[in-house]
Amino acid sequence: MSQINRLNSKGRIDCDSPINFTYNGRQMQGVAGDTLASALLANGVNLVGRSFKYSRPRGIVGHGAEEPNAIMQIGSGAATVPNLKATQVELYEGLESASVNGWPSVNFDLMSITGWFGRMMPPGFYYKTFMYPAKLWMTYEHFIRKAAGLGSAPVQDDPDHYDKLNQHCDLLVVGAGPAGLVAAREAARAGARVIIADEQNEFGGSLLASTNSIDGQPATSWVDELVAELNGFSNVQTLPRSTVFGYYDHNFLGILQRRTDHLGISAASGSRQRLHRVRAKRVILATGAFERPLVFAHNDIPGVMQASSVSTYINRYAVAPGQRMVLFTTNDNAYQTAIDWHRTGRALVAVVDSRPAPNGQIVQEVKDLGILVIAGSAVIEAQGGKRVKRALIAPLNADGTEITGAVQKLVCDLIACSGGWSPAIHLSSHTGAKPVWDQAIIGFKPGKSVQQERSVGACGGTYSLADCIAEGASAGAEAAKLVGCGDGAVHFPMPQVEEYSEQPPQALFLVPHTKATSRAPSQFVDMQLDVSASGIELAVREGFKSVEHIKRYTAMGFGTDQGKLGNINGMAILANALGQSIEQTGTTIFRPSYSPTTFGAIAGADVAGLFDPERYTAVHRWHQQQGAEFEDVGQWKRPWYFPQSGESMQDAVNRECLAVRNSVGILDASTLGKIDIQGPDAAEFITRIYTNSYLKLAPGKCRYGVMLKEDGMIFDDGVCACLGDNHYLMFTTTGGAAGVLAWLELWQQTEWPDLRVYFTSVTDHWTTATITGPNARKVLAQVCDDIDLDQDAFQFMDWRDGTVAGVQARVFRISFTGELSYEINVPAQYGRYLWEALIAAGEEFDITPYGTETMHVLRAEKGFIIVGQDTDGSMTPADMNMDWVVGKNKSFSFIGKRSLQRSDSVRADRKQLVGLKTLDGTQVLPEGAQVVFDPQQAIPMSMQGHVTSSYYSANMGHSIALAVVKGGHSRLGQTVHCPLADGRTIAAEIVSSVFYDPKGERQNVQ
Amino acid sequence: MLLIHCPHCREDREEEEYSYSGEAHIVRPLEPEALSDEDWGDYLFFRKNPRGIHHEMWYHAVGCRRYFYATRNTLSYEILETYKVGEQPQVRAQGAVQ
Ligand SMILES: [Zn+2]
Repeated sequence: MSQINRLNSKGRIDCDSPINFTYNGRQMQGVAGDTLASALLANGVNLVGRSFKYSRPRGIVGHGAEEPNAIMQIGSGAATVPNLKATQVELYEGLESASVNGWPSVNFDLMSITGWFGRMMPPGFYYKTFMYPAKLWMTYEHFIRKAAGLGSAPVQDDPDHYDKLNQHCDLLVVGAGPAGLVAAREAARAGARVIIADEQNEFGGSLLASTNSIDGQPATSWVDELVAELNGFSNVQTLPRSTVFGYYDHNFLGILQRRTDHLGISAASGSRQRLHRVRAKRVILATGAFERPLVFAHNDIPGVMQASSVSTYINRYAVAPGQRMVLFTTNDNAYQTAIDWHRTGRALVAVVDSRPAPNGQIVQEVKDLGILVIAGSAVIEAQGGKRVKRALIAPLNADGTEITGAVQKLVCDLIACSGGWSPAIHLSSHTGAKPVWDQAIIGFKPGKSVQQERSVGACGGTYSLADCIAEGASAGAEAAKLVGCGDGAVHFPMPQVEEYSEQPPQALFLVPHTKATSRAPSQFVDMQLDVSASGIELAVREGFKSVEHIKRYTAMGFGTDQGKLGNINGMAILANALGQSIEQTGTTIFRPSYSPTTFGAIAGADVAGLFDPERYTAVHRWHQQQGAEFEDVGQWKRPWYFPQSGESMQDAVNRECLAVRNSVGILDASTLGKIDIQGPDAAEFITRIYTNSYLKLAPGKCRYGVMLKEDGMIFDDGVCACLGDNHYLMFTTTGGAAGVLAWLELWQQTEWPDLRVYFTSVTDHWTTATITGPNARKVLAQVCDDIDLDQDAFQFMDWRDGTVAGVQARVFRISFTGELSYEINVPAQYGRYLWEALIAAGEEFDITPYGTETMHVLRAEKGFIIVGQDTDGSMTPADMNMDWVVGKNKSFSFIGKRSLQRSDSVRADRKQLVGLKTLDGTQVLPEGAQVVFDPQQAIPMSMQGHVTSSYYSANMGHSIALAVVKGGHSRLGQTVHCPLADGRTIAAEIVSSVFYDPKGERQNVQ
Repeated sequence: MLLIHCPHCREDREEEEYSYSGEAHIVRPLEPEALSDEDWGDYLFFRKNPRGIHHEMWYHAVGCRRYFYATRNTLSYEILETYKVGEQPQVRAQGAVQ
């Protein structure tokens, strides 16, 4: 097919540069400067999709972000992009496009034949559906997704790169139409740092398709000069192809810059898209306006278009999207489309004007061209299948609510419509400014500014070109002055603009039909989601009154176009059905994003390896060289287990567990949080934070402590050592370190600023190697000769300064395995050296490196809890059988103490920590399994607790588990049951949580 | 995203440097054991959650590691002032008791 609709005129395209592309597999040709939509229209393609619910044929309606129908899948393979609007896709050589809605195909549609789907989806479909069992919804959803044509996301990794730029500026101008351009120029001249962004491929906004002349030259020439001027300022950054998609708190705005999308589906080099995160001192919104559609029967047949879009296709792209046009308008402004169409030489059947007696300047000019103007009438219905064939017109009464005469048929294939203009108040709405109805422009204008912004030009309801330019200039000068640049006066001369003086438009939100709305052929308000006028009226009959509820009930405005076209019509139809004014009804609030934004741009470079920082210990590479498998603990990479060749994980863990209990193991414990605490009131402070007392802890001694939140629930635990007078070292859990530091700071800074105490995180300063097992002392003795390691000289819960393998070290005799253990701390830069020295020293005892899994098994054998695994923020020390750690006689009421006496904290049926021993010792309970007392009861069963830790214990020869069970401490010996998702039920006996060495003798081995 | 002035750093910094720490000016009872369960529960769990002016605590987590107070309009998210612990707000909700 050739470009049958391409005109000989110039526009902003280059007819000498053909571009080949495909649409639904068909080879087509466009030219440089085309959008996919203009190229399709040039090729005579108008039908581009099937509608969401009723599967009706749909055509291109608009020319920009407002387009509801022409939704495309662009490209194929990993870089394919779904759901782009053809009106915003710039054509490039080799572009592949396919319509996304239309299943199985656009031209032959299964569902329109069966027709059942639309009948099944009245307004409120989603809500009515949700009232059925959830299972059914899954069936519906699958079908809806396929049928709704939401495109298909690529399944491969995105091959493109994206980046982010944080920017600060004095003034961000959104929109580079006439108002925005002059605003930027004035502010720039005054010396302000300006960013001006526009979503189109070139600056100029509405002027790109305008036939106005400015200062005696074509408007586009004036734009070119202005853009060149702006580019000459060193304090101006111009961003075309950049959509300001969100206006957030404190003048923070997001801009999506499409850097290479116009060159191809994937960037050859560099980033495809860039997210600008802009903090602007002032913002000028110059986002223009959207032409309002006219809602008449079957106004969705392909060939019904926006009048301004028809003009844009003619003037900017040299495309006439039809052969015989009827123009239907409520205002003078759209008469320009009649003049533009007239110039193409194609048939103009008539201008149908709803106003009784239009006689403005431009109306007269159109009449002078010999064009038929039918006043006081409306197109009440479009007829045709996949293309408009006829317009039915009828005379209207003066306020446009009733048909007053006979219906007449006009043969045409294009109905250009204009119901006036709606300011693009989206970004202003994002700030929380409440839109206000202005009867003079028959539209919602931006409400009172709540941020440092101002709306100018058409988005503020100013439609005259000269006024837009004047408003932009003074706003630019004002913004500059507000940020301390210039005197606030406009310095550039105002250009001379030729424009028509316009007569008032008519408010016509719903065109009456010979039948009542409920019986008339569908009059569409939101084409993307198939919301019709009768659907809105039905929602009102069903009792909905609030505009926000109607929106959710009918799904009006929920599409990817956010209802940019028909939203106001919908509000007005609703207001009418409710018998109130539009002002009383109000409008829905627009929220970010203004238009769809890619996940890629939002993620930027924060993907894969850069998604989150990884923290390594000083010994990390040694672990890697030994073939360790790693586990993520917070941001830390910790060795999980060290498999030897042929070993499964369970084999490796069994071997490591046996090695520790029978000889000696070594663990990299460097990730444990370490907080250095100093100050004359350090002991007092720590004692207020922990449940036990540190006032009498002498230098050289350690104590295990538990921290509670003020609600009495365990929050962290660890050992705290007295390093010297007024000097302590607090160990925290690996994952809790930052939270504990913030917690200490909170209490010191806000509640007890009189306590002189200071905190520093020293986690990364130290490497901690734990050697544990009956031979630990013998290993340490080989590399340390200045600490008396004698059992009585260096006791359990002591620490010593000394030299280990020639390195100054702090050695703590504390144990998380129940075995004789030394935690050797050296400055991190000696970490790997120390580690290898210990490995060498332990060689004769077959020292075995072990990971976190073995650490977990060994501590569970001893019934030691892990905060965050065996506790979940709702466990008291008593629940964990750890009353011994709560100081009963502390003079200060430590954090959380009072809560331990709350009635809820002393309930007998609280979940309490117990051990579980499966009756069949080979079965390992899944962690998280629920505990019930009677497995025969009906579902849902009464759940009495859950398994918190569960392992196979090679040392015990059977599985072990820790669980929290209601009233568990008084249920020792009882049998409980764990029903599993797979239908099995595992029976277990409640036992002591200490499985191994209950008397704690092993750490005192000689 | 909020732009928050840290009264210690004396700089406007992005929200992502801070963490929110709840309502400000909640004083821990000096003698918790003397309180009834109900009074202790009020201290523990009950917060104002006003629509409008709210005094709240922020932590400059990746900055100076200091806590401070902010007076924020919970409706508009405007931050009307920030001030140090120990100081009193200059801006108060209408009818608020000093
Ligand atoms: Zn700070």
